[in-house]
Amino acid sequence: MGAQLRVYRRRIKAVQSTKKITKAMELIAASRIAKAQQAVNAARPYEREITRVLSALASQSTIDHPLVNEKPNPSRAAVLVITSDRGLAGGYSSNAVKQAEALGNLLRGEGKEPVSYLVGRKGQAFYRFRNRPVEQAWSGFSEKPSYAHAKEVADTLIDAFVKPTEEGGVDEIHIVFTEYVSALTQKATAVRVLPLVVEESDAPPPDGPLPLYEFEPGPEALLDALLPRYVETRVYAALLASAASESASRRRAMKAATDNAEELIKSLTRAANSARQAEITQEISEIVGGASALASAGTE
Amino acid sequence: MALHVELVAVEREVWSGEASMVVARTTEGEIGVLPGHAPLLGELAEGHEVRIHQEGGSELAVTVGGGFLSVTDEGVTILAETATLPGESTSA
Repeated sequence: MGAQLRVYRRRIKAVQSTKKITKAMELIAASRIAKAQQAVNAARPYEREITRVLSALASQSTIDHPLVNEKPNPSRAAVLVITSDRGLAGGYSSNAVKQAEALGNLLRGEGKEPVSYLVGRKGQAFYRFRNRPVEQAWSGFSEKPSYAHAKEVADTLIDAFVKPTEEGGVDEIHIVFTEYVSALTQKATAVRVLPLVVEESDAPPPDGPLPLYEFEPGPEALLDALLPRYVETRVYAALLASAASESASRRRAMKAATDNAEELIKSLTRAANSARQAEITQEISEIVGGASALASAGTE
Repeated sequence: MALHVELVAVEREVWSGEASMVVARTTEGEIGVLPGHAPLLGELAEGHEVRIHQEGGSELAVTVGGGFLSVTDEGVTILAETATLPGESTSA
């Protein structure tokens, strides 16, 4: 076999095995999207109910709680960036980091110093490479976040928020996560979580005015218990949406890689065929040349 | 008249259906909710059972780890951080 043909055959084989891997990852990611979306839907009733309960509470008592009040002269703002643990997900992590950078610049412009909290190994790698300080980082659950993870993250953030600024606390908390718009579109988004904005609308809600509640224990104690739960729910929702987005992003990236491998195999096969053809042609012309040389030698 | 009960844990909706009475323990004490109860918002005491008396007499005792009880005109909503139905080994 000619040297050229051998090289082509080897490359085709290499691309084929890469294609097998990317195809498998594509299928795995596709099934993970469905699972992640189920988790998002399963978490929705709790989120809806806690929001309703909180707005009922807010409409009946004047909310005066450290988690709701804007701090005077905010100078430090925590930014929680949710990225993936593994790569091969297209621009998923870098888009989230980019969004966080934009938010950081915005905060700096307002005179607030961003303090970084990270979820996911990819985000940590980005910050470590640039020698940026990171307040705290978590990893290992970006694809399958549970409520316990969300609670851990949220409680750390709440602790930092409650601490006075002089002692290393923060005045605001933002989350940068990737919203799952559809299988094809995921959008990196930044939202402010604390201080909370509780919507107190004067207009009666569509399904009639909210009922007058009795509170057990009192409204203040309830608020104390409810608000952290609410923040946890928000963090949890952000983690779940990000997990779904990560899988969708990975599926798309792997599909592109598989398509690309197919394309490559096609063009390499063509090149290998023409190399083989050239080899055969050469062999024939060598034989014919040899034979005619012998024949002409015989006649002389 | 039946009481519509929804039991939602953080990670999933655990149970929903009609009941004749719900008995729970808030931080203030035990409370039984019958149909037509006044709207109420309570914090559940840690580590107690919520008993749902179903239509037809059977009783469903759910172990609830922290959460809230909300009673409105439409029914009862139990917001639990974790909830384990009887016969379930894993908590949600």
